[in-house]
Amino acid sequence: MNKVVKNAKEAIKGMRNGQTFMLGGFGLCGIPENTIKALVESGLTNLTCISNNAGVDDFGLGLLLRKHQVKKMISSYVGENKEFERQLLSGELEVDLIPQGTLAERLRAGGAGIPAFYVPAGYGTEVGEGKESREFNGKMHLLEYGLTADFAVVKAWKGDTMGNLIYRETANNFNQAMAMAGKITIAEVEILVPAGELNPNEIHTPGIFVQRIFQGVNYEKRIEFETVRE
Amino acid sequence: MSLDKNGIAKRIAQELKDGYYVNLGIGIPTLVANFVPENIEVVLQSENGLLGIGPFPEKGKADPDLINAGKQTVTTIPGSAFFDSSLSFAMIRGGHIDLTVLGAFEVTDKGDISSWKIPGKMVKGMGGAMDLVAAAKNIIVATTHTDRHGKPKLKTSCDLPLTGVNCVKKIVSDLAVIDVTDKGFKLMERAPGVSVEEILEKTGAAVIVEGDIPEMKL
Repeated sequence: MNKVVKNAKEAIKGMRNGQTFMLGGFGLCGIPENTIKALVESGLTNLTCISNNAGVDDFGLGLLLRKHQVKKMISSYVGENKEFERQLLSGELEVDLIPQGTLAERLRAGGAGIPAFYVPAGYGTEVGEGKESREFNGKMHLLEYGLTADFAVVKAWKGDTMGNLIYRETANNFNQAMAMAGKITIAEVEILVPAGELNPNEIHTPGIFVQRIFQGVNYEKRIEFETVRE
Repeated sequence: MSLDKNGIAKRIAQELKDGYYVNLGIGIPTLVANFVPENIEVVLQSENGLLGIGPFPEKGKADPDLINAGKQTVTTIPGSAFFDSSLSFAMIRGGHIDLTVLGAFEVTDKGDISSWKIPGKMVKGMGGAMDLVAAAKNIIVATTHTDRHGKPKLKTSCDLPLTGVNCVKKIVSDLAVIDVTDKGFKLMERAPGVSVEEILEKTGAAVIVEGDIPEMKL
């Protein structure tokens, strides 16, 4: 079984205007840089994007926002991007803000075939408006739904030709749950090796969740706030 | 005299106990890490997928794959662990975190908190704050007692969109330590040189004052 595609352009083949896609990463950490570039170049538009953050003005998801390719964002935290905030406040961009843990669990649930579940986050706030609620163990909870997407795009450190993935440090973040939740999951990796070379004990995402994988190039890995010891 | 940011962080650090797993929010809460008493061991959790946050890296050693929830570069302590976001919030939602410290725009005498949105002005999103306040066993708010315009941040109801209801247990401000009890705010300590009268005047809700209120020991 070989899931290797040539590059990002080939990986997003079949993606259409108006579709929903997920993008792994936390801030600029662990984002699929190659695929984002390919999406910008593709000119695809009217997209719904599920991503914890929205990148910064000139990097990451910010590049797609700048070209108005995204009509709706589903995120938990979108600071650090002025263009995003502008489009949101002006009503050009539709935004669904979700508590971060609820977002992560909705992805995991979506990928695990769990249609809905209860969590306490957001009860009593505007997040809970219009949602079913129920008391468990004396505490109120909201009904939340599993999330899937036409495409999930994730970034891993190492991957093999069968799609097995290993993430590095905090660059795992949303990638692991999103890898499970895509109808088609695209993985771009820093190091691509033949099947059998990764230690099966260390696999985070088993290859069954991944449909397309490619060797990424020219990773910039931009740091949002470089903070050092004084 | 009212406390500065570090003073607030120092006082909150006194609430830490040996063996605690702690989540610190962005801003003043992050500073608490600098004042962990030497005789105890606490492990700091970062909701983007790290248990065991270490100090900031030395110059030139920053690793773009290793950040905290504020997207700052960090290091790890021996015995640290990495994991994905859903597992991270399983720790939080599952009640495995002993203490959460976070900032706020407003806190009420019922323990409600607003901290994430100013309609029409600032819409950055709630990040992990709603998950943390809904699930943590113990939540301390680190804040200034009044806002930039001198208006009380401790009040009877929040004007801004809520982050969570009935969840804050304790507030450490630049003026006071105040517990949120079933009967409302209760004054526990005052900042050195700050009078009970000043605290009451700058609080937008009734405050229970019982007996002599000790000064914070910093």
